[in-house]
Amino acid sequence: MAGPGSQVVPRWEHFSHEADIGLRGMGRTLAEAFEQAALALTAVIVDPADVATREQLQIRCEAPDDELLLVEWLNALIYEMATRRMLFGRFEVEIDAHRLHARAWGEPVEVARHQPTVEVKGATYTALRVAAEAQGVWLAQCVADV
Amino acid sequence: MDLARFVKRTDFSWEIPRRGDMRVPVVIYADETLLRAMDDKVGEQAINVACLPGIVEASYVMPDGHWGYGFPIGGVAAFDPAEGGVISAGGVGFDISCGVRALHTGLTRSEVEADATALADALYRSIPAGVGSTGRVHLDEREMDEMLRGGAQWAVARGYGLPADLARVEEHGCMDGADPACVSARARHRQRDEMGTLGSGNHYLEVQAVTAIYDAAAATAYGLALDEIVISLHCGSRGLGHQIGTEFLRDMAIEAPRHGIALPDRELACTPLGSPLGKAYLGAMRAAINCALANRQILTHLTREAVAGVFPEAVLSLLYDVSHNTCKEETHEAGGRRRRLFVHRKGATRAFGPGHPALPETLRATGQPVLIGGSMGTASYILAGVTASETLSFSSACHGAGRAMSRHAASRQWRGRQLVDELARRNILIRSPSLRGVAEEAPGAYKDVTQVVDAAERAGLARKVARLEPLVCVKG
Repeated sequence: MAGPGSQVVPRWEHFSHEADIGLRGMGRTLAEAFEQAALALTAVIVDPADVATREQLQIRCEAPDDELLLVEWLNALIYEMATRRMLFGRFEVEIDAHRLHARAWGEPVEVARHQPTVEVKGATYTALRVAAEAQGVWLAQCVADV
Repeated sequence: MDLARFVKRTDFSWEIPRRGDMRVPVVIYADETLLRAMDDKVGEQAINVACLPGIVEASYVMPDGHWGYGFPIGGVAAFDPAEGGVISAGGVGFDISCGVRALHTGLTRSEVEADATALADALYRSIPAGVGSTGRVHLDEREMDEMLRGGAQWAVARGYGLPADLARVEEHGCMDGADPACVSARARHRQRDEMGTLGSGNHYLEVQAVTAIYDAAAATAYGLALDEIVISLHCGSRGLGHQIGTEFLRDMAIEAPRHGIALPDRELACTPLGSPLGKAYLGAMRAAINCALANRQILTHLTREAVAGVFPEAVLSLLYDVSHNTCKEETHEAGGRRRRLFVHRKGATRAFGPGHPALPETLRATGQPVLIGGSMGTASYILAGVTASETLSFSSACHGAGRAMSRHAASRQWRGRQLVDELARRNILIRSPSLRGVAEEAPGAYKDVTQVVDAAERAGLARKVARLEPLVCVKG
């Protein structure tokens, strides 16, 4: 039987911040909201649809609560993007008791083809919110320093 | 910003008096137009800073202030360790010691204009810029330690630059108290291939012409004359600084309650200066300052190589190098006595006045050069530190124009190609790996730098020396 969140379409968006950029992921579950927040992170740099998802990476992290876990998750991705010079276009996240296990698919940056806009320096605690909203929507958001 | 809660102290100085949990007042230096245009969040963030333990005198905001995270950008706050003062990773920011370095070239505007395209192309080939770019300097663990301890001094010793450069860098090119052991393996790994890279966003290399002199004596002391060409670099500590910021922000956020610190905003995460975590952050942050100084030194070397290919006769000497995102231990007058304080400057420049012992002898009579960065199509300024700013702002001034519009709004309003073409019609050549990045950094997305600089001067934070206008910009 369909749950209350079954009508929710997972999606991401950016929200305005004067100097930096707000990331927001929404989904039917906490994990799906985290996946969408990660796509919002990629979208700061490049259109996620332009990233070929041919290489896979595993990421694990944990934190004392789900809000800190979101920042840990995004910072883990920022670290992998920076050190592997990669972009990621698809994510699968599992979360259990503030512990996250994820798979990310992507490819190395090709400047001429991707035209990456800006590096993300880190995810911050500004406007940080992870919560189950009305109509079964899970929300995961924060501001990223660019 | 709603002006109702401010007390106007002068035409260029506005106070939010102490109330509630504030330990000190907030003081914003700006003219009324700039203040009105600031987001209310700037006031909120400055008030939150005013609530932190051990803060002295006031929570200050410079005229280029804008909404940041934790501290506002343009925020200055000093903490006394003897009064439970704290250090905040969010008060320094992720791009530790991001700053500006300006180089004389000995070339004139007409000489460079004749070969501007060749110079732009040569610089773009030599300076690794943008997302995913890597440098040609790769450090093993031992060299990484040496770099983190030695800063620009390390770089010069390895052949990236001249010994004479070091006198013109804050701290003579090397920040004391750096502790490489406090820099994590992840931070080191993130920096491994990023030495000598410019970065992206608002980082740039600009070829600029001196188009106005406001203070002839100071200009002479700084070696500046009308129509001279200066090259300015704006960049920081790259991945190493970003990772240190990320890790210590998390650690401080988790640890703050253990020290009885109630954070009005998690991003204000901080820890007592005397705590083990505070000492570790100071050691790591100072190492990141050295990384930024070394990075700008390597980029100077690459710039010299590129310019020599087009103008073999040019001699690039360093005018000065200033950092923007730091916490520095300094002695200042506060509460009627000289005190050892830890001054956070987040998007603000140190601006020591004449006679300060930290300045090189050749600049001591004039005061510290204050390098105000522009934004591709707009002017940059060089100011001089003044004595009066010590009591106004712990010897601090603005650092740039400051953003006035979000990246999102800027990318909706401008197209990168169109901007590059428009600027080319104004004889400003842009070279960038990303047209979308150029749109997000459109000159129109920033405040009017002239208005910001005038407000800083009229507030008494620094005095104008020269105006520079861009001819070429390599944009990260």
